[in-house]
Amino acid sequence: MGSSNSTLSKIPNLGRLIEETGFTPAHIKRLYKRFQALDKGNKGYLSPQDFGSVKELATNPIGDRIIGAFFSQGQETVDFHSFVRILAHFRPLDKNRAKRPDSPEPINSRISKLRFAFQLYDQDNDGKISRDELLQVLRTMLEMQVTEEQLESIADRTIQEADLDGDNAISFDEFRKVNADTFLRIPSPVTPSQITVWLIVL
Amino acid sequence: MDDSISCKCNWTSKYLVCLVIFLSGALWSSRDVLSNAAGATTKAPPVNSPAWTQVSPKPQTQPLPVFTINYPRIQVPFEITLWILLASFAKIGFNMYHKITIWIPESCLLISVGLVVGGIMYAVHGMPPAVLTSNVFFLYMLPPIVLDSSYFMPTRPFFENVGTVLWFAVVGTLWNSLGIGVSLYGVCQIEALGLKDINLQENLLFASIISAVDPVAVLAVFEDISINEQLYIVVFGECLFNDAVTVALYNILSFVATMPEVETVDVFLGMARFVVVGLGGLFFGFLFGFAAAFTTRFTAHVREIEPFFVFMFSYLAYLVAELFSLSSIMAIVTCALTMKYYVEENVAQRSCTTIRHVVKMLGTMSETLIFFFLGVATITTDHEWNWGYILFTLLFAFVWRALGVFVLTQIINPFRTIPFNFKDQFGLAYGGLRGAICFALVFLLPQNITCRNLFITATIVVILFTVFIQGISIRPLVECMKVRRTNRKLGTINVEIHKRLMEHTIAGIEDICGQWSHYYWKDKFKKFNDRVLRKILIRDNRAESSIVALYKKLELQNALELLGPAPSDLSAAPSLMDLQTKRNFPASDLRNMHELLSKNMYKIRQRTVEYTKKSALPNDSKVREILIRRHISIRHSFRVGSFPRTGVSKRHRFLSLPPRKNMESRSPPSRPSYTSENLLRAPIIFRHGTWIPVATLDLLILCSSIVLSAAELNNTIKQIIFRSRLFSTLFGFVRSASYTLPPGLASLDNAEGPGLEDKQSWKMTLHPCSGSRGTDLELEPLSATSSVSQLQRFSSRQERPLQNRYHQPERREHELGQQTSREPIAEGLWGQPQRDSWTAHRYSRSRDEHRPGGGNLPPSAPTGWAQEPLIQKGGGSQNHLNRRPHWRPHNPHGPQSPGQVD
Repeated sequence: MGSSNSTLSKIPNLGRLIEETGFTPAHIKRLYKRFQALDKGNKGYLSPQDFGSVKELATNPIGDRIIGAFFSQGQETVDFHSFVRILAHFRPLDKNRAKRPDSPEPINSRISKLRFAFQLYDQDNDGKISRDELLQVLRTMLEMQVTEEQLESIADRTIQEADLDGDNAISFDEFRKVNADTFLRIPSPVTPSQITVWLIVL
Repeated sequence: MDDSISCKCNWTSKYLVCLVIFLSGALWSSRDVLSNAAGATTKAPPVNSPAWTQVSPKPQTQPLPVFTINYPRIQVPFEITLWILLASFAKIGFNMYHKITIWIPESCLLISVGLVVGGIMYAVHGMPPAVLTSNVFFLYMLPPIVLDSSYFMPTRPFFENVGTVLWFAVVGTLWNSLGIGVSLYGVCQIEALGLKDINLQENLLFASIISAVDPVAVLAVFEDISINEQLYIVVFGECLFNDAVTVALYNILSFVATMPEVETVDVFLGMARFVVVGLGGLFFGFLFGFAAAFTTRFTAHVREIEPFFVFMFSYLAYLVAELFSLSSIMAIVTCALTMKYYVEENVAQRSCTTIRHVVKMLGTMSETLIFFFLGVATITTDHEWNWGYILFTLLFAFVWRALGVFVLTQIINPFRTIPFNFKDQFGLAYGGLRGAICFALVFLLPQNITCRNLFITATIVVILFTVFIQGISIRPLVECMKVRRTNRKLGTINVEIHKRLMEHTIAGIEDICGQWSHYYWKDKFKKFNDRVLRKILIRDNRAESSIVALYKKLELQNALELLGPAPSDLSAAPSLMDLQTKRNFPASDLRNMHELLSKNMYKIRQRTVEYTKKSALPNDSKVREILIRRHISIRHSFRVGSFPRTGVSKRHRFLSLPPRKNMESRSPPSRPSYTSENLLRAPIIFRHGTWIPVATLDLLILCSSIVLSAAELNNTIKQIIFRSRLFSTLFGFVRSASYTLPPGLASLDNAEGPGLEDKQSWKMTLHPCSGSRGTDLELEPLSATSSVSQLQRFSSRQERPLQNRYHQPERREHELGQQTSREPIAEGLWGQPQRDSWTAHRYSRSRDEHRPGGGNLPPSAPTGWAQEPLIQKGGGSQNHLNRRPHWRPHNPHGPQSPGQVD
């Protein structure tokens, strides 16, 4: 496993990364390889275009939002550390990790998972999912047969369901309450936990 | 409700019965159809040879006949045609009332119809017709089925699960054959059954026949309830490869069974042969697959026969493998898998569709016929019934299958990323229906096998049992056991939406993590593929083509440029079930919403399922649709907080503008329309030293042709020209764009002048040159129509050439996201119904809002627009155009900026 060590030695701050994200060195190594594969021209960072070359992502209706999630506000690049940190959202919950009150919120906690999802809606980062933001998402996810009016009524309904304070938008708290159990039991094989199942094998 | 259903049922069944009676009446005299069909190869003596001599006249003695009937001449093809028609009509019948096929698999229904027809034939004749006794099955009916399955094999999941698939197909089949064979041999030793004369070889031979699974019905059920992908692909792949294994095994064993004595050497020879047969099939598959791919490289000028190569080469692979007694199924499967990727890149979109359609058609037809004949044969064959043997066969077939799945899963599970749980194993075991292959193989048994008839009976019983009992019960069982699904319905709309978003997200994250492309060998192959194979096999060898390319372009374009009042929604179709109540939602509306959501949400990885549908043709328009949608949504997302609020502009958006004069004559002070306003106000972005109305260009790209007023044209065309450089970088196919301006364009000289707007509307068309790799931007004056209705007609007429024009020899057409995906746009933009409402609306709007001031400023410079330098400089640029009608964009002295032109 000499190659493994040499790969890992190329990653700066490996220890911190492992501690922060909870990935094992094997995960990190695997992700690093993927990172390098995505990184056309060995820039050391990824640009949106690099993500654009992922073929399946191009047909993902919300692909651009997912790509956008990797880039913090106003930035055009993402380095390996941030890349891994974003992916760490998709690790399964650590059930048996002793929760120390002083330790920072782990990246893969429920709340940060939810926040990640929330930010996929909240593109203008105002802490609320407005009706228009919801409409946009719906528009991309629904097929063309649905009329705008139907979309709007669905959006209205969605907001009504969740909206507690009556501001006609979904705040993060409201989002969290609505999704109290959504992300805990996704029955399909495509669950957040699956990611790591895969990662382990990769 | 119930009444209507039963009515429909009654009607359907009446229709079916009539049909069956009619057709079987036509067929009753043709019981030997298949023996005759096979007559060419088997030289089966025609039963009705006296009829032949009776009908054929003797020319010397008789006068010239005025009217003759020469039935024997057409008998074989005629009867085959009737059989196929009968089976197809039966299929139509089932699908008339949809719920039948949900609860009872189509194969069951086909067998039932076959039973009825067989019964009629039996009653009329008293003797069985010859059914499928020959090579017909293996030479003509099996190849289409296998080609269909392998051509539509979902590649990605298949290669993800290839180990498991092969494990189950090869080891599982061997396991079943051995297990069933040996235990049946054990049963035969029981004195009471009187089966002492069946020896081990024959038992093994029979077991190898009976262990071929063919779960068409199960796959249909799995698709329908969208079972988890892993289970689906394993069942799918297993049935495909297990056919190959079974046939190979059968060939060996049928040889062995006729041998008087079997020695140890023969066992090893048999094993060696098994390997040789498999690998040989693989080899010929690759060979002809690459040959097909290579051939289609050169078919650019013979598009008519392009699809033909796919069929001929795959059939050739099949036949050649058969010639050397190799696994022909293996050969055709490999051939299809190999060539598909390359062929589909080489051939035109149309040929691609044809290939898929014909593959699907042939496959479905063969399958239908086989199940139909199965029913017929059940009635009309000589049976030899032995309770003990048949019941034990049933028992062992089920037990060994279950055991095999259980044991093999335990072995393979540690190697799988997603292990099969117990429910999956149950689905896998219970889904082991027997079907076409068993049926055909057992009829192929050599006559010298002692218990041939018993084997036939037992096989038919097993098939009928599994298809009927298991096939019908698997849906309720799987639903009841809650086997993992890919998605499911949910409680609140919130949850439904969020969950779906999450699923998309995770799918996206997986793609980013490269879940599929991580395997070492896959990477290696990809490199090899890119470096060598693609260069040899694909004509237009560019690494990433089609969708990704278009997507990247759009992405780049959109990321770079801020976009304006873009089309807010393409789904402007008038809804039949408008949900008008906004604030309080009655229960029915909620139901509607749920229905809408569950039906219309993009399904994750839906392509996989769609491509493999047994009942329907694949449809990849969705991918394109997503692209276009995303393009639009991207535009939206760039304009934070500036979503089009007015329901009007959201719902109706038309880019074609009626001649202004008419508008004015009807509502004099009107401004043209809000659409033209949008078009002109579209963000004019300073880039490459020029002003660009991005929206216009984008629409041009998406729709290929738009109708513009003279002023809009004036604005648009020069910007297109200015942007040509950007164009040519973004869109490779505009590499040498030549803009041919029609003579009428000269009148655009005074584009700003008031005299212009009475002139004409212009149709601007972006279409590819036929010869070189280039694109013509064609401008075509529309004669000033005198009424809106005329314009409507024009607009709707416009749609048709839209599709014809895209016969692009150079590129696959869908790179422009057109054809199927274009249709909804075209409808949205030019569809008749909307146009009416739009017109009405526009009138009202223009009267209400724009009466003052709008007057005679046709380009309708709204606020902000008039300040743009474009209008002032427009005329100059236009002059420039006129001086050089064939302006080449790569001209270094091309108009870099309006200033330069002036």
